[in-house]
Amino acid sequence: MGQFFNVQDLGAIAPELELMLFGMILLIADLLVEDKKWLGFIALGGTAWSGYFLVRLHGVEVSAYSGLLNIDQFAWFFKLLFLLAAALTIVISLKYLDIEREHHGEYYALIMFATMGMMFMAGAMDLITMYISLETMAIATYVLVGFLRGNQRSNEASLKYFLLGAFSSGILLYGMSLLYGIAGSTRFGDIADALDQRSLGDPISMIALVAIAAGLFFKIAAVPFHQWTPDAYEGAPTSITAYMSVAVKAASFAMMVRIFLGALSPLREHWVVILTVISILTMSVGNIAAMTQTNIKRLLAYSSISHAGYILLGLIAGNATGLTAIPLYLFAYTFTNIGVWAVVVALRRKDIIGEQVDDLNGLIYKQPTAAILMLIFLLSLAGVPPTGGFIAKYYLFAGLIESDHSKLAVIAVLNAAVSVYFYLRIVVAMFMKESNEKTGLALSPGIVFALAVALLFTLWIGFYPDPFISLAQAVF
Amino acid sequence: MGFFRQHILSIVAFWPLAGMFVLMILPKDNKTLIRWWANLVVLSGFLISLPLWFWFDRDSTESMQFVERFSWIKALGADFHVGIDGITLLLILLTTFLGPLAMLSSWTAIENRVKEYYAFMLMLQTGMLGVFISLDFFMFYVFWEVMLVPMYFLIGVWGGPRRLYAAIKFFLYTLVGSVLLLLGILALYFIYPTIAAQHPEQFAQFGGAAPTFNILAFQAMAQYLPENFQWWVFLAFFVGFAIKVPMFPFHTWLPDAHVEAPTAGSVILAGVLLKMGTYGFLRFSLPMLPNATVHFVPMMMTLAIIAIVYGALVAMMQPDMKKLVAYSSVSHMGFVMLGMFALNPNGLNGSIVQQINHGISTGALFLIVGIIYERRHTREISQFGGLSTVMPVYATIFLIMTMSSIGLPLLNGFIGEFTIMMGAWQANKWYAVVGGAGIVLGAAYMLWLYQRTMFGKNENPANQKLLDLNWRELATLIPLIIVAFWIGLYPAPLFKILDKPVNKLVETIHPGYFKPDAPQNAKIQHAAGETR
Repeated sequence: MGQFFNVQDLGAIAPELELMLFGMILLIADLLVEDKKWLGFIALGGTAWSGYFLVRLHGVEVSAYSGLLNIDQFAWFFKLLFLLAAALTIVISLKYLDIEREHHGEYYALIMFATMGMMFMAGAMDLITMYISLETMAIATYVLVGFLRGNQRSNEASLKYFLLGAFSSGILLYGMSLLYGIAGSTRFGDIADALDQRSLGDPISMIALVAIAAGLFFKIAAVPFHQWTPDAYEGAPTSITAYMSVAVKAASFAMMVRIFLGALSPLREHWVVILTVISILTMSVGNIAAMTQTNIKRLLAYSSISHAGYILLGLIAGNATGLTAIPLYLFAYTFTNIGVWAVVVALRRKDIIGEQVDDLNGLIYKQPTAAILMLIFLLSLAGVPPTGGFIAKYYLFAGLIESDHSKLAVIAVLNAAVSVYFYLRIVVAMFMKESNEKTGLALSPGIVFALAVALLFTLWIGFYPDPFISLAQAVF
Repeated sequence: MGFFRQHILSIVAFWPLAGMFVLMILPKDNKTLIRWWANLVVLSGFLISLPLWFWFDRDSTESMQFVERFSWIKALGADFHVGIDGITLLLILLTTFLGPLAMLSSWTAIENRVKEYYAFMLMLQTGMLGVFISLDFFMFYVFWEVMLVPMYFLIGVWGGPRRLYAAIKFFLYTLVGSVLLLLGILALYFIYPTIAAQHPEQFAQFGGAAPTFNILAFQAMAQYLPENFQWWVFLAFFVGFAIKVPMFPFHTWLPDAHVEAPTAGSVILAGVLLKMGTYGFLRFSLPMLPNATVHFVPMMMTLAIIAIVYGALVAMMQPDMKKLVAYSSVSHMGFVMLGMFALNPNGLNGSIVQQINHGISTGALFLIVGIIYERRHTREISQFGGLSTVMPVYATIFLIMTMSSIGLPLLNGFIGEFTIMMGAWQANKWYAVVGGAGIVLGAAYMLWLYQRTMFGKNENPANQKLLDLNWRELATLIPLIIVAFWIGLYPAPLFKILDKPVNKLVETIHPGYFKPDAPQNAKIQHAAGETR
């Protein structure tokens, strides 16, 4: 047995174990604690403690469980990202769940489990490990999307997300089985070696590649596999939408990068073509569809689709600059997006659904600070300097130019310019329209905290990105 | 004083921003306090920029003066790097000079959301100054884009009835241009290390082959850039800058933005923002891509001439005073481009001087239109007539500025247009001939505007009790008149300042231009000899 497991390996997955432990504690505590807010604090403590273990693992490079999991800079970075996203999600959920009258302990437990799944995804170097951790994350997320039991849209969203998610997992699994057939092993390294042996146009490898790519495109919500996204994002509790748009998306990208740059690296020539087409479609459809949305959650869903298209550019460029761009982009995007979603969460007030762009009308009169923060976040999403979003986009475009993808770069920057249109629609509502109602945002201390953190990082990355660039450069 | 002198450019540029942060903590309801504060900040900003004029060394062989440089983003090689030459000295002084006038003109015009308005105005001021002082391409780009945001709000919140449309059009147009500009910058950035590695001795002063956004390093690289590469980068830059200028056919955002913007916004937009496009050509396209510049001269000249004639014709037909002035901007900026792409000392000198002149005369014309709009809440030309009887001072100033815009001798416009015409003639006399027709058209629409609004009988009852200018309005216009006369009567200081940078530019584009035996000089000297 020693070959497969030794005690040190437990230390390597300590952060994940911590989350699991806290997930279970939360389930039990739910029975005992009357004021569910405390459960949120316990969950926060869980992420903090897990974070503590993670920080202690910084710089450690080991391969645990005889190569099933890698503890490396890549995994470390993404795990950090997931923990931050989870913590910020919990913080913005506290009051929101009260307003929705759905404050239950499972909510936090599920976030713990989903985050744990993501953290394993980031470390997985093996198809089986990858798939199981993916499903751990996905199943927890399906439940979270349908968490508003009394709300039809939430149920519908959950069902759609579940069906399409299961379907895409099936396709992914099909591709994985083919890879196993080719390599006789589930390890990424073995698969890469086996693919390397075969000719480049080998049909089996191609089918495997297409199936895996399609499954992954579902997960990152790339066009034309994106239809579930607006519905799921709209129906889910807003705090969970925030979580999905940052953490779930980042985890899917981590998985994609691991598989494409690990197992499928010999097929690079083929997948670059696929990714180029998908990336152009994703950016353009996402941006164009976002223009006409009146529901802010759907608008941001389409915006999040188009951002997936941008991130793919990093993989297409494939050089150091482009690869640095992926973690950098995800990092900047996480904070910016949490900021935007925190404002949308605060739009949900007692007796006001607050999901339309119009609900932000005249925010500048009611809560000028919130309006200005939202403006900064939107500019960051649009990639206007001096914000984190600009630095991240800069890296992507620089990667493309450096690797001689000038035409793609032109398409990408034009898309970035066009995207400003719908972000500015929100700005127009906030700054240039009269408000329809007197009630301001439901700003709880948690949301204020999340906004402050989001602002700090959005501007910090924008003004002084050096530390974050080195963080991102260390990833690969 | 030593500290001030060393950091004068940063202080001048960030002064308004610092003022903005203080403004943020002032009470929202105390509008008078906010107005006083904002006006004081920009006025003092002008005063602290004045030493630049006196300390600037006209005969220095250094390409840039008042240089400050700190490392900013090490991973990219982007620095905080500022410095000015004669061209930017003038543009900076134009910005700090127009800022207080624009600010003062909004004293009574802006009544709602006063605090935000002044905050955005101050932010805009810093953005524009940042563009002109940057010697680092990355930093330049950041300022170039940042500046869009306050302008967007100025148009979108305090503008006219179609403000939302105009604001978004302005933002999108400019952004499309600037993202392509970014790609051009990146192309230069990535080719630089290769070229610097091939010619280590030339680039040692810029830190060798390490990646950099140093504008001076890129300028030094010009002669090694492959022709084909230059063309593509030139086209990317062209879109970015031509939209800003705006050159035909990218000018359609301008009339909308101008008409909808509040008066101060239009003044800044016409006075300074448009110059950022021409400045881009002067600072980047011409010296960094000299071969492409020469190659694209016919295209640029044609577009410039179309802009001159088309802008003038459209201006003539406008029923709205502000729109007329806006289209006149298109025409005047056509002259600026005409002079610039003549690519000889006269043309370039005239082009730069005309940029300053345009800022002054068009800025003044927008103020003049704004004053009548504030009184009557309309800008329809047909609503007016015979105003000179009730507003004699106003009519006088309007006349002076009309003459300045037309290019009457003794006033600033003449100096610019005349020098441009000389340059254009030297380049190709047909350019000058067609451009000259544009001057006639310019005189036609301005004089016709003046005649219809100021002369004739004052028959409209609404116009019969109009008040003449008050002290504040005079204070916004008189400085402009003084400068207009100064440039018109004694432009030598401007040409002196421009001498070095312009000659250097010409030398980059036409190496050996100033050698006595250069072909074009032989012809000129021959001609000069004959007249003598």
